[in-house]
This record gives sequence, C-alpha cells and structure tokens, in this order.
Amino acid sequence: MSSLFVKVYRFYRDGFAAMTVGRTLWKIIFIKLFIMFAVLKLFFFPDFLSTRFDSDEQRSQYVLEQITREP
Amino acid sequence: MSEIDLGLVNWSRAQFALTAMYHWMFVPLTLGLSFLCAFFETIYVKTGDEKWKQLTKFWMTLFGVNFAIGVATGIILEFEFGTNWSNYSWMVGDIFGAPLAVEGIVAFFLEATFFAVMFFGWERVSKGFHLFSTWMVAVGSNLSALWILVANGWMQHPVGMEFNPESVRFEMQNFWEVLFSPVAIAKFTHTTSAGFMIAAAFVIAVSSWFLLKRRHIQMATRSILVASVFGLFSFAYLGLTGDESAYSNAYTQPMKLAAYEGLFDGEHGADLVAFGILNPAVLPGSDEDPFLFSVKIPAMLSLLANRSADSFVPGINDLVYGNEAEGIVGVDEMMQRGRQARIDLAAFKDARGAGDDAAAEIALADFDLNRDFLGYGYLQTPEDAVPPVQMSFYAFHIMVFLAVFFGFISIAYLVYTTKGTIADKRWLLPLGIASFFLAMLASQAGWIVAEVGRQPWAIQSMLPVGVATSNIGAGNVIVTFWMFAGLFTLLLLAEIKIMLRVISKGPEGA
Repeated sequence: MSSLFVKVYRFYRDGFAAMTVGRTLWKIIFIKLFIMFAVLKLFFFPDFLSTRFDSDEQRSQYVLEQITREP
Repeated sequence: MSEIDLGLVNWSRAQFALTAMYHWMFVPLTLGLSFLCAFFETIYVKTGDEKWKQLTKFWMTLFGVNFAIGVATGIILEFEFGTNWSNYSWMVGDIFGAPLAVEGIVAFFLEATFFAVMFFGWERVSKGFHLFSTWMVAVGSNLSALWILVANGWMQHPVGMEFNPESVRFEMQNFWEVLFSPVAIAKFTHTTSAGFMIAAAFVIAVSSWFLLKRRHIQMATRSILVASVFGLFSFAYLGLTGDESAYSNAYTQPMKLAAYEGLFDGEHGADLVAFGILNPAVLPGSDEDPFLFSVKIPAMLSLLANRSADSFVPGINDLVYGNEAEGIVGVDEMMQRGRQARIDLAAFKDARGAGDDAAAEIALADFDLNRDFLGYGYLQTPEDAVPPVQMSFYAFHIMVFLAVFFGFISIAYLVYTTKGTIADKRWLLPLGIASFFLAMLASQAGWIVAEVGRQPWAIQSMLPVGVATSNIGAGNVIVTFWMFAGLFTLLLLAEIKIMLRVISKGPEGA
C-alpha cells in the first residue's frame, strides 16, 4: 500500500518538476486564486444575507419582506 | 422594491453579463478541444505513428493553457450570486445546490485525477490508460457543464419545484424533472455543440496559420482533416439542437421567440426572417411596420416553432395584450393575478408575524390560487414583459449567419484536405483563421439571445431581475465591475500571449 503512495507521489513530483509552460500557468492560477479569494471575496463580495443575519429564519423573513414590499 | 434603483439593477446585470461572457471565452474551447485531443490521441494509439503523438501533445498544451487561464473564472459568478443577487440566491438555493454540488464533485474527481495523467503520464503509464484518461478529461469537462446548464435551463423553464412561502424558497420536488427538462437538455446539447464548433474552428485557424507560413505542413493538414470532420458533425449537431432549442422556446418562452424573430403580430403560417433590418421606431402596440427591409422564408417559423406550417405563432403584441381568438391571456390580466398573489403573500407574512395561524392559513390558500403569476405582480406595465427586441433579433441572426458560415468553411476545408490541396488554397486560409474569431462571436451572440431574450425574468414568470437583486449600493457594483473588467482582460491577454508563444514554437516545443 505504501509503495502505491510512493509511486503516486513520485508521479506528481516528477510531473511538476518536468513542467515548462505549466510553471507559468501555475503561477497565474495561484495569483488568480489569491486575487479572487483573498481580495475580491474577502473585501468586495461578502455574502449579503450571511453577514447580516444569524439564522435562516431571519434570512427568509428578510427576503419575504423584500418581495412583498409595496412597489 | 422602491429602494432598489434601476442603476443598481442594470449595473448588477452588466457585471454578471461581463463575467459570464469572459468566462464563456475560456469554457467552449475546453469543452471542444478536450474531445479533439482525445480523437488525435486515439489515432496515435491506433496507428502508432509518433507524428500523431507529437500533434496530440501540441494541441494538448494549448488545451492546458486555456484550461489553466479559464479555471475558476466561473467562481466569480457565485460570488456575485451571494452579494448582488441575494434574494434570488436565497430563493433558488434548494434547486441550485444539488446540481452545483454534483458539478463540483464530478469536476474535482474526474478532471483532477485524469488531468494529471493526461499531462504527466506520457511514457509513465500505458498507452491505453493514457488514452482512457484523455477521454475521461473530455467527458468530465463536458459533464461539468451539464450541471450549470441544467441550473440555467431551470431558470428559463422552472419545473420540478414548488415555491414554499414559509421558507421563501423554490423547493425541489422532482430532481429528474429538473435534470431531464426539455429546456435543460436543449440548453446543454446546444451549448456544448457550440463549444465543439469553436474548438474545431480553433484547430483550423491555428493550422491555417501554419500553412500560410509554410510550417509544419503535415501536422497542420492532419489536424485540419480531423477538425473539419469534427466541425462538420458539430455544425449538424448545432443545427439540430438549435432547432430543438427554438422549438422549446415556442412553448416555454414564446416572448423570447417573438423577440428574436422580430415578430410583433402573430400569424398562421408565420414567415421566418432570414435577413432583416428592424425599424428602430417600432414598439409593442404601435402600428409601425417592424422591418425597414426583410427577406423571409414563407411559413418556416410556424413549421419550426410548432412542426406545422399553418400553425399560429404568437407575436409580441399577442403576448402583451392578449389574443382571445387564439386563447392567449394578456400580461395585464397576469399582472392583476400576480399583484393579488403578492397581497396574499404579504397577508401571510403579517399573519405569521402576529402568530395568527388561522389567518396565515387562509392567506396561504388565497396565495395558492395565483402563485403561478407571482412574477407578473412586480411589473409596472404590460410592456415590461418584453425583452430588448433589437438586441435579441440581431444577436440571433448574427449567431445563425456565422454558424452557417462555419459550416461552409468546414466543408471547404474537408474537401480540399481530402484532395491534398488545402495548403495551396491561399484565399481560403485567412478565412479559416477568421472562422475561430467569428465562431467565438457567434457563441457570445447565442448567450445574448438566451439571456437578454428572457428579460425581465431571472426565473421565468416567477421572479423578475429587479426583485432578485440585493439592496446594496450601486457604487459597490460599479467598482467591482471595473475590477473584473481589468482582471479578466489581463487573464485574456495572458492566455493570448502564452498561446502565441506555444504556437510559434510549434509541435516540437510541446
């Protein structure tokens, strides 16, 4: 069983080590994910209902209030 | 809803459209190129010809570049659901949760596992297992698209659910009805076939550039042969699924069909507009001629919409103002019933708040009488039910025209490649290069038809876009709109730069 893990580990290790274009792509992926999750999600895209209310009951009450308000 | 200004709604719309359209620049190439890589590799395994292996690796590298740049761009849409579209998000959570969870699991296990074998496994696993992995990446990528398109199909034609006023949610009643809804199936097949066409056009475009430069002639010719056959099948598949999509529009979203056909007054034996210039002055209810110029195919719209050449196809005016002779109820009547549903829903809320269970039960029973018209209760005028006609009409006709153009390109490339003269057709090769950009444009136009054409609804007839929005400041949305515009443009430029580098190195560099 452990030799299987070693084989899988080596497979990925050697694969990553032999990358050429892939290195640039991984850098882009990490930068992109960082911007998305550590900047955009954190500072610009809070979940509107989750951050304002503590329970699902309050959230449903709020949405019901919104959709039944007089135009 | 008075506190939500139209500036916010439209900026939220624009932001979602921007991110979706950028996301859709990366996705179709992944969907189609994954299958083309599988075809190329299958030929390599069958023939044992190392040139096919080199060719496969080259296209696989370009596939990898596109995948890496595009991956996770769709997550931005989910951020927007939670922030900009919280009412909508809350209400559909029960429907979307299951499909998106399945998508996540399928994408993770299929793609993450087999993707590594596909790129790292050359010479390290058997030929057969490597080929299997490549096919699994193709199948997995396309299956991932299934779930999000099922969700989209549900928004266009909400089935298998029931609105629960207690939880204020659309709750799933029948998963299979949601999954196998004709609209969802048409959405999935038509969208993926567009991806196949774009990928075929991409391979033809890059190979044409090689032929123009007189580089890698054999690789380019072989690639074109496979891509043009795939492109031709994709074109036929695209046509069939497009027809199915329009057919389902005829009975689930007749207003959308009328808008993209520019049909204001319905008729028996309705003509199909092959080409036309809409009269900008025409509005619902006006007596103006809808077209300044048009070329029509007699009775074809009736035939395509209802499978009967003399059947009635309702126009925008019939749907807005009603047509008693054809049994069509006007929007005005549906608005009255929708308003009553809102009043009953408000009464239910108040009774529940007051702890009056009996009154709540009565209000709920009253609400049930008109619940299917709830969305119409938010419209201000009957004309609000009409989507932007000009945009829908031109987007639809551009999409069809460019798809047909690509069909001809595929045929021409297949014929000349089979004859062995494709490299000498210098007049055709620039058209082949252009076909990729035109196919992309066609695909974007298709999404405009699908999404602009269903306005004003976030969920067809149930929830207008204006009610789906969060009550937040428009300034926040404007700031993040430009941030996304910048981020996605940078990603696109990075993709183009890396792809050009890989292409210029050719198959030897893969």
